Amino acid sequence: METRTSNAHAAESMGKYFVTYVVILALAGLNFVIAYSHADRRTIFVSMLMVALIEAVLGLLFFMHLASEKRGLLWFVIIFTGAVIFGMQYGWTDSTRMEVGHAPYSQATEAH
Amino acid sequence: MSQADLTMQGHSAGLMEQPAFSVPAKKMAMWLFIIADACTFAACLVAYGFLRNGTPNWPTPFKFSPTIINAMAMTFVLVSSSLTMLLGVRAAQAGDKTRAFRWTMITAAAGAIFAILHIREWLAMIDEGVTLFHNPWGTGLFGGAFFSVTGLHLMHVVGGVIALIAVGIRYRGGRYKADDLEVLGLYWHFVDLVWMFVVPLIYLLNVAQ
Repeated sequence: METRTSNAHAAESMGKYFVTYVVILALAGLNFVIAYSHADRRTIFVSMLMVALIEAVLGLLFFMHLASEKRGLLWFVIIFTGAVIFGMQYGWTDSTRMEVGHAPYSQATEAH
Repeated sequence: MSQADLTMQGHSAGLMEQPAFSVPAKKMAMWLFIIADACTFAACLVAYGFLRNGTPNWPTPFKFSPTIINAMAMTFVLVSSSLTMLLGVRAAQAGDKTRAFRWTMITAAAGAIFAILHIREWLAMIDEGVTLFHNPWGTGLFGGAFFSVTGLHLMHVVGGVIALIAVGIRYRGGRYKADDLEVLGLYWHFVDLVWMFVVPLIYLLNVAQ
């Protein structure tokens, strides 16, 4: 009985891994399709980033077994990584200024 | 026996702290490394984003054949290697050393194939005139950004392949256990997940329309 239960559990886990594998591959393929769609650049970028995030979450939860670890570890990983990455986003205003020639929301100077 | 007696005689189970999040120390160490490395890659990709966003003449040179097809192949190989790593860890946890070692070596071989495909692509780009500082299509920043981001990832893949071979051999020899393979598996899956971001941001945003 115990062997059958543990075999069933093992089979269920392998099934979960294969499904996750197929879904991640499909999402990766979706990104290639999005890249060749005729949407504008911003839409393509946001869509691809969202798909990549979903792939990463699936990989984290199932391949890296974060879903079966204690919830505290999951939140620890999310909060610390997320906080650092969020803090890196300060530079977009400078990057945009280089593109448009002046700081966003500022009055355009005569030179521009 | 007083508390002082217990501490004077060394540790006892009641006085030892539980591991953080009930995770063994080596696994926690790997998670901390993964968090730090994720921030490193994020910094590189965000910096690349700043450059690309702020540079008007950013080239989009990647043709479907051979570059994007190569990227598809590399993605397939790397994601599949994550699955083979999982199979190896499961076999190790079930006590099947032979199967665990075989799957680990298959994972290492997949990593080596990925590295070869990547280096082949680099050589093709260098042949076309792309260097760290200039290229025939646009701003010289393109080459620097491309080679540094993909090179950092390639370095992680190569390091992972070496680790897989070393840990796999020592596991088979009985020096390492199943949880050591599991911890290494965490690293390998992380390398795969980083590639999920590198492909759209570095390759797919720069496809030749």
